[in-house]
Amino acid sequence: MRYVGAFGRFWWNFVVGDDWRVAAGLAVALGLTYVCTHRSLDAWWLLPLAVALLLADSLRRATRHAA
Amino acid sequence: MSTALLVAGAFLASAVEMVEALTIVLGVGLVRGWRSPLIGVAAATVVLVALVVSLGPALSVIPITTLRLVVGALLLAFGLQWLRKAILRSSGYTPLHDEDEVFRREREHAAAAGDEQRAGLDWYAFTVSFKGVLLEGLEVVFIVISFGSAQGRLGLAAAGAAAALVLVVVAGVLARGPLARVPENTIKFMVGLLLTSFGCFWGAEGAGVDWPGDELALLGVLAFLGVLSFALVRALRRQRLNALPAGAGA
Repeated sequence: MRYVGAFGRFWWNFVVGDDWRVAAGLAVALGLTYVCTHRSLDAWWLLPLAVALLLADSLRRATRHAA
Repeated sequence: MSTALLVAGAFLASAVEMVEALTIVLGVGLVRGWRSPLIGVAAATVVLVALVVSLGPALSVIPITTLRLVVGALLLAFGLQWLRKAILRSSGYTPLHDEDEVFRREREHAAAAGDEQRAGLDWYAFTVSFKGVLLEGLEVVFIVISFGSAQGRLGLAAAGAAAALVLVVVAGVLARGPLARVPENTIKFMVGLLLTSFGCFWGAEGAGVDWPGDELALLGVLAFLGVLSFALVRALRRQRLNALPAGAGA
């Protein structure tokens, strides 16, 4: 059981990393892009914009206490 | 064009990870002898090559749209981790990775470790080298497989990574020490940008987006994220310096 937990933690750290909100935000952004394009909306801009906002927000939270 | 970026991404990611693995292996090998660490390196390399050879072609049976959606999502999550860390280091919020310090620590640990023998091997030297190469190499394998499968260029991505491996090993043998002068954070910055840009491009394509300008849009995404990242570094540097007591930032 200990090994299963360690294995899970390894993959969580590997894919999700320090800030789970970024991974969750990316999932939402990809889902929104999928919905928009399948409703014939041109949504190529959505993912780059989401990435920019998620990155800036994650950095803001990471540096808030240090500042 | 995207193929050149793909090879560059695999090469740079492999180079920076192999520099870290080299530091670990050198630290152990110089203290405890070379036989067991080199067997550890060989065993880890076999595992990594087996992963690429088995998983790479297996992914080719998945429809390309689904594959790009999944690979894009994973590259985005992974690339943003690299980019975030590189920005925090560039802006001074996190210390830079110090290869000399890691080397010194590895040597200390290697000298203090017990002398357990298993299967005719110095078990400490074998396991530390095996784990070091395997863990650093897993990130490279992930990048090679995801880049290669989503673009149908697994061989090229693997060749880019292998070229970096050879270069780092040769440089390490010539230097006989850690490659501390490699601009690690700059390379990580570039790899983070490439992974995130490819992730955006493929993830959106997998979700059904038709990019304006087709492949040229990848350059547009790369430029956008590059400008954004440099702006974030500048803003965070300013924020950090403003937060310091007067005179401390000089």
